[in-house]
Amino acid sequence: MSNYSFRRFKDRLAFAIGFLCIGLAIIPLGSILLEVIARGLPALNPEFLTATPGIIGQSGGGIANAIQGTLVLIGLTCVIGVPIGVLAGIYLSEFGNNKFGRTIRFLNDVLTEFPSIVVGILAFVLVVLATRRFSALAGAIALSVIMLPIVARTTEESLKLVPSAVRDGGMALGIRKWRTTLSIVLSAGKSGVVTGVLLSIARVAGETAPLLLTVLGTNQFFSGLDKPVDALPLRIYTYALLPYPYAQQQGWGAALVLIMIVLSINVTVKLVTRRKM
Amino acid sequence: MSEWFSWPRASSDEIFRILTAALASAIIVIIALSAWVLVQGSFPVFQRFGLSFLTGVRWDPVAGHEVFGALPYLLGTIVTSAIAIIVGVPVSLGIAIFLSEMAPSRIKAIVSSMVELLAAVPSVIYGLWGLFVFRFWVSDLIEKPLVTYFGQTPVFQGTPFGLDILTAGLILAIMIIPTVSSISKEVMMAVPDAQREAAYSIGATRWETVRMAVLNYSRSGIFGATILGLGRAVGETIAVTMVIGNAIGPGAVPTSLLKPGQTMASLIANEFNEADPTSLHTPALIGVGLILFMLAATINILAQVLVWKVLKVKGGAVE
Repeated sequence: MSNYSFRRFKDRLAFAIGFLCIGLAIIPLGSILLEVIARGLPALNPEFLTATPGIIGQSGGGIANAIQGTLVLIGLTCVIGVPIGVLAGIYLSEFGNNKFGRTIRFLNDVLTEFPSIVVGILAFVLVVLATRRFSALAGAIALSVIMLPIVARTTEESLKLVPSAVRDGGMALGIRKWRTTLSIVLSAGKSGVVTGVLLSIARVAGETAPLLLTVLGTNQFFSGLDKPVDALPLRIYTYALLPYPYAQQQGWGAALVLIMIVLSINVTVKLVTRRKM
Repeated sequence: MSEWFSWPRASSDEIFRILTAALASAIIVIIALSAWVLVQGSFPVFQRFGLSFLTGVRWDPVAGHEVFGALPYLLGTIVTSAIAIIVGVPVSLGIAIFLSEMAPSRIKAIVSSMVELLAAVPSVIYGLWGLFVFRFWVSDLIEKPLVTYFGQTPVFQGTPFGLDILTAGLILAIMIIPTVSSISKEVMMAVPDAQREAAYSIGATRWETVRMAVLNYSRSGIFGATILGLGRAVGETIAVTMVIGNAIGPGAVPTSLLKPGQTMASLIANEFNEADPTSLHTPALIGVGLILFMLAATINILAQVLVWKVLKVKGGAVE
């Protein structure tokens, strides 16, 4: 084999290996989606979506309280996490060009990568131990800690994309900087902020580890901020580890509901942002 | 408005700036609180066992003869994360090179968004899939041949059951692929075209261009992406908990890939709710959390510094 054809061979080989690597990533994704649909679909029926869990080891019952719990937790998390995240992002983008801003930005990136179980311990010690009970509020606080850095980061990124002429325009009209920021700059960067919030919701909706330590899970519907609440990821985790085929099937059903929520948010965001570009 | 009164112009802006700065400080407060909670919460166990908490292998929460040693779980975290890096990083680099240098643009868009979907799958669903599907792939395709041909080698001793350290490491490898490949791709795409043109102009093939111009230029960014993937693997909890087999005590020391193990995160997830907060059990678990926190924080700070340095020019859009 001549030198050149050996080099061409290596080039082709590199292409083939790259293609193989793509396959190694796509096969798990395809298998996860297929299995969740194939094993979850048989579980879906009106009772599954409207009833509370049945007796362990017997058929019947559903995951309505887990769906409701996940929605309640997401709502509470947004109430706590979004205002703080957006205002922190505004600080980073509008005033953060100094040492303090750079420190916050750096720590924000570190916080984004925090192990979620450590966030669970934090909320357990500060909320569950302090109030002496597992509660929806403790779970929402843990999830807000996970949501906050994502929202702050995406808010900063999208406000930085707003041209400075917009800010100058506000200033020329004699509007104060805070009004300019809140009503003009923020509304110009709105779609980026909303995208960030949606992605952070998709992320926290699937979090399990911090919820184990904070909301505990229950067979009842949501009954107050200071009471345990159920959530889809907890249901999946519990059912997967039970030795009963019916419970496992319900676990796959819950996984199907969860993955539909999470992926529909992701796909929507992707389609909307792509169309704009 | 009456003549004698006018708003002090600067002050409402100043209040706004201070308000947003205070909320941004929440990020510092959270990190500081975490450190304080973990140190404070684990203090009793360090006071009682001292350094043997780090070096001991026995774990017995029964009141009266309590012993807590975190070494097996620290090793479990290190070994599973190492498997994730050894398997996951080469695959991620293959994807990144293919997407940034070789793929036609239409394939590139489709494959990129599929890899991003892999990042969106919640970890409990990875765990469910791992427990009921992937586990059997690992035991049938990898572990049974390993036991048949290399069963005498200590690291491959055990039963090919599929709920063990190898499966946990491989699940982690899949889970870090989106992170490592997308950041590596960003880093490679940031390489100036002049580098590639220089390589092509001396007659390099496409692969030689990748090797000489692209990989050489983006080495430190790729290293940063790897470290970031390592951080993810170290902190991942629920998927690992569901497939690692959850061994306890001396049996959890990872001497073989084919035996049940335990990571620091999975130990906390398994035992935290059963622990009595007034005993030493909860402090011991918080102590494990402290070690995990320090390990993850070190890894992430290193990664941020490395990735940051490379992508700073582009505005730092790393996610």
